[in-house]
Amino acid sequence: MADNKQTENRHAAFKKQQRKQLLKNLLDILGAGSKLAMFALLGAILLGVTYTLTYKRIQQNEIEAVQRNLQAVLADDRYDNAPYADRTRVEPSELLGSDEPVTVYRARLNGKPAAAVFRSVAPNGYNGAIKLLVGVYANGDVSGVRVVAHKETPGLGDGIDERKSDWIFSFTGTSLDSLGDKGWAVKKDGGQFDQFTGATITPRAIVQAVRNTLQYYQENEKRIFE
Amino acid sequence: MASTTEIVKNGLWTNNPGLVQLLGLCPLLAVSSTVINALGMGLATTLVLVVSNIAVSMIRNSVRQDIRIPVFVMIIAAAVTTIELVMNAAFHELYTILGIFIPLIVTNCVIIGRAEAFASRNSVPLAALDGFMMGIGFTLVLIALGGVREVLAFGTLFDRAELMFGPVAADWQLTIIPEFRGFLLAALPPGAFIALGCLIALKNSVDTRLEKIAKAKASQAETGNDALTA
Repeated sequence: MADNKQTENRHAAFKKQQRKQLLKNLLDILGAGSKLAMFALLGAILLGVTYTLTYKRIQQNEIEAVQRNLQAVLADDRYDNAPYADRTRVEPSELLGSDEPVTVYRARLNGKPAAAVFRSVAPNGYNGAIKLLVGVYANGDVSGVRVVAHKETPGLGDGIDERKSDWIFSFTGTSLDSLGDKGWAVKKDGGQFDQFTGATITPRAIVQAVRNTLQYYQENEKRIFE
Repeated sequence: MASTTEIVKNGLWTNNPGLVQLLGLCPLLAVSSTVINALGMGLATTLVLVVSNIAVSMIRNSVRQDIRIPVFVMIIAAAVTTIELVMNAAFHELYTILGIFIPLIVTNCVIIGRAEAFASRNSVPLAALDGFMMGIGFTLVLIALGGVREVLAFGTLFDRAELMFGPVAADWQLTIIPEFRGFLLAALPPGAFIALGCLIALKNSVDTRLEKIAKAKASQAETGNDALTA
């Protein structure tokens, strides 16, 4: 009888101790967790504050960068509005090289359509897509082209950058009619545009993208300025 | 524990993160194509190192061992994102050039390495100094690499300095080799590997020479002593 009671007591004590240990572990975990949460909260507060302090400036920087590029592809005396503010998005089109809606900036002179600047993409660059800004005057002439972002090989394909060579200016003033179907290609393919030594794929991609943009403009001119 | 001169020497030479620890190779090799890119990356990394070292050292006694690594990671991530936002606001064009490599500072092993190996065991001022010296050591290697690669690849130095120093610096560009057609290898990642290898070899050969001189001096002193005793 007594023996039995003793075992029972021991058993209960063991259980109690076990429960105590479990509680201690639980508190331990909670303590560590809450400390981690506190640090996460501090980090989040720091980020929130920095973000609110900088986001206006960052937005402004991005707008300014786009505006500089817009000024570069449009002659100053051909428009009198703010194309950046007068922008629209058009449905994705294979001719513009993108699966997403493409932004178009509209330039006007005395309220009449003067030019449209497309954020076209040349999807088949040597190292992936090349982002472009292609300006087209209302009469179908190219007003100017700029490369906005690319990953082409430095020293070979990066001649498309206006800081590296004048190549990108060779589009200015051309049109679908002035060069004809055959002319819209690099010289190696029998066209009008130079390629670079050791790099044909990059210029070929851009010539194609500019030509397609012109075609898109021709087909959708009315809709763009609505 | 560690003396200040030792910390300075460690960061700049003996335990240089770029030449000896070989940590943070990804930004080191990818962004060092010109001096200005290298400088921007180096300074951003230095800033993160100092901030994270100070923060880690400050909390070193109140954080238990088993959660220290996640806490370090959070501190570093917050510091990097903050600096990324500030850079985007203040040096927008440089930020667009350095691109993905600014957020990737988070993964630069130098930073968590210093947090764990030094800052979590030393006082705040020492940790700050260590972060600063490690950062400067890293920056100097970046600049050396950037300089070598820029001259070889483009024939210039300090090209596009205005990205960092504003319009005043627009004409800081030095043309080292005029009419240079460019040497593609130096601009590409393999060139970075080769140039870094040469820098490390140079450092090692200087070390060997210094050691020899020190040994020669020591033995001289010994023979001098022997002569005296004789």
